[in-house]
Amino acid sequence: MITKEQVEHIGWLARVNIDEEDAFEFASELSTVLDYFGQLDEVDTSDVKPTYHVADVMNVFREDKPKDSLEQDDILANAEEIQEGYIKTPKII
Amino acid sequence: MLDGLSDIKYKIGSSSAEEVVASYLERIEKSDINAFTCIAEDATDQAKKIDSLNMEGPLAGVPIAIKDNISTKGLSTTCSSAILDGYVPPYDAHVIERLREAGAVIIGKSNMDEFGMGTSTETSTYGPTLNPWDAERVAGGSSGGSAAAVVAGQVPVSLGSDTGGSVRCPAAFCGAVGLKPTYGAVSRYGLVSYANSLEQIGPLANRVEDVATLMDVISTYDNRDSTCVKHNAGYTDALQDDMEGLKIGVPAEYFGEGIDDNVQKLVWDAVGKFEDMGAEYTKVSMPNTPYALAAYYTIAMSEASSNLARFDGTRYGTRSEGENWHMMASKTRQEKFGAEVKRRILLGTYALSAGYHDRYYLKALKVRTLVKQDFERAFEDVDVLMAPTMPTPAFRIGEKMDDPLSLYLTDVNTVPINLAGVPSISVPCGFSEGLPVGLQVIGNYFDEATILKAANAFEKNTDHHTKLAGAVV
Repeated sequence: MITKEQVEHIGWLARVNIDEEDAFEFASELSTVLDYFGQLDEVDTSDVKPTYHVADVMNVFREDKPKDSLEQDDILANAEEIQEGYIKTPKII
Repeated sequence: MLDGLSDIKYKIGSSSAEEVVASYLERIEKSDINAFTCIAEDATDQAKKIDSLNMEGPLAGVPIAIKDNISTKGLSTTCSSAILDGYVPPYDAHVIERLREAGAVIIGKSNMDEFGMGTSTETSTYGPTLNPWDAERVAGGSSGGSAAAVVAGQVPVSLGSDTGGSVRCPAAFCGAVGLKPTYGAVSRYGLVSYANSLEQIGPLANRVEDVATLMDVISTYDNRDSTCVKHNAGYTDALQDDMEGLKIGVPAEYFGEGIDDNVQKLVWDAVGKFEDMGAEYTKVSMPNTPYALAAYYTIAMSEASSNLARFDGTRYGTRSEGENWHMMASKTRQEKFGAEVKRRILLGTYALSAGYHDRYYLKALKVRTLVKQDFERAFEDVDVLMAPTMPTPAFRIGEKMDDPLSLYLTDVNTVPINLAGVPSISVPCGFSEGLPVGLQVIGNYFDEATILKAANAFEKNTDHHTKLAGAVV
């Protein structure tokens, strides 16, 4: 069972603000899903290695040759607020 | 019967790409199934350019719909989320570069569940896509717009993406053909990530041969996706052979509780059809299948919580007010993400957090290994596996929206394939009370050739794909 306080804490970790009434609903919905995930406990995985991804490739390298990248203006075009070639945000601390 | 690529190429040859594209634009304009999030303003210009340059190429002048999570330079890409409202990518995804080189006309972006998180296209900020066979039912998801547009004759072909069934589910619900390629067969460069270790871009069409043609175009090596694998293509060439001696495995676990009786019958009828064509089948067991769904959702949500961290109101998308950066980001994400996206981010964050990481995330990755081994064992004895794509035909709009877990359970037969990374295709295998049902043909790693061949042989010996949905004008 996951509590309203836990939901608010996870919300902060994930940078998703959560109102009081939403926290109650998320707590109940998330608990139902976590209960379902609990069935994984039944599986014996003591000698099993984890699979992070299935592509049979490892350490892919390419030549370290410079090439054209995107134009600065094109990249900044999607930002809400820019100033002198930088993206502007509210203060961080 | 709707036009396939060969019909369209003939029409373009005898008239022009401009005229053909105009006829599709007109169909989209008249339709109210909500398959598109936006139409490319330059679609007609793209077609005119093909005409004036007399351009050749496997898709010269062919209109195509692109799922709205695949980056298209100069054309809005929102993932059907309010958080990306107004975002216009400054670059093309690898698959879009390939399509343009092949002469395709990008006609618009197709509707989807927000960030691919859903099985019905109901979590889209633009509202659900309606099923062309019954407007009160879902088109499936998350690539619902891509499947519905194809079946309603609004485009002959489209691209979707499949993280846990998102190409195959809407293909089954709408009566289209949809392929999830082997993990690593198609570059994910430019695909907005939801669960990067599980997903692949895949084609949808009304005919198997058109899906193969699209694979020939998009499935080329690209070093900008470090999980892209060099492999042999030649998908269209593979379609020639017959079914004599094909070994089919039918996994009992895919016909379990919750799989509709009519669906089971239609899939068994399909297996019978393959026997008539000279194939043989055996029942196989894949004992870890019942745990695949929980493992899939744990992994997908964990990866999502990390991948979606980039939507913070800073570099792109919309921004809410906040006294400092953290409050701005938290408010932006609260106000612009939909409920299902927030649920998955919260659950993923929880599953990865200190104290729970080993119990949920690591455990799920180990179960994933067992699911993968089930497939490896099965393919030692058989060439393909056959099963229902979805447990039921398309359900009603709104039916499952109040109970997230009930919606997750509908993915029971599609997610094991993504955990293992093998390829799988859904083809129409009949109708249950007027709604299409999909047969899933699963193949071994990088053996798309065999499942395309089987699906094509089935299509040539059945007439399900010739029936027209009610919404087709």
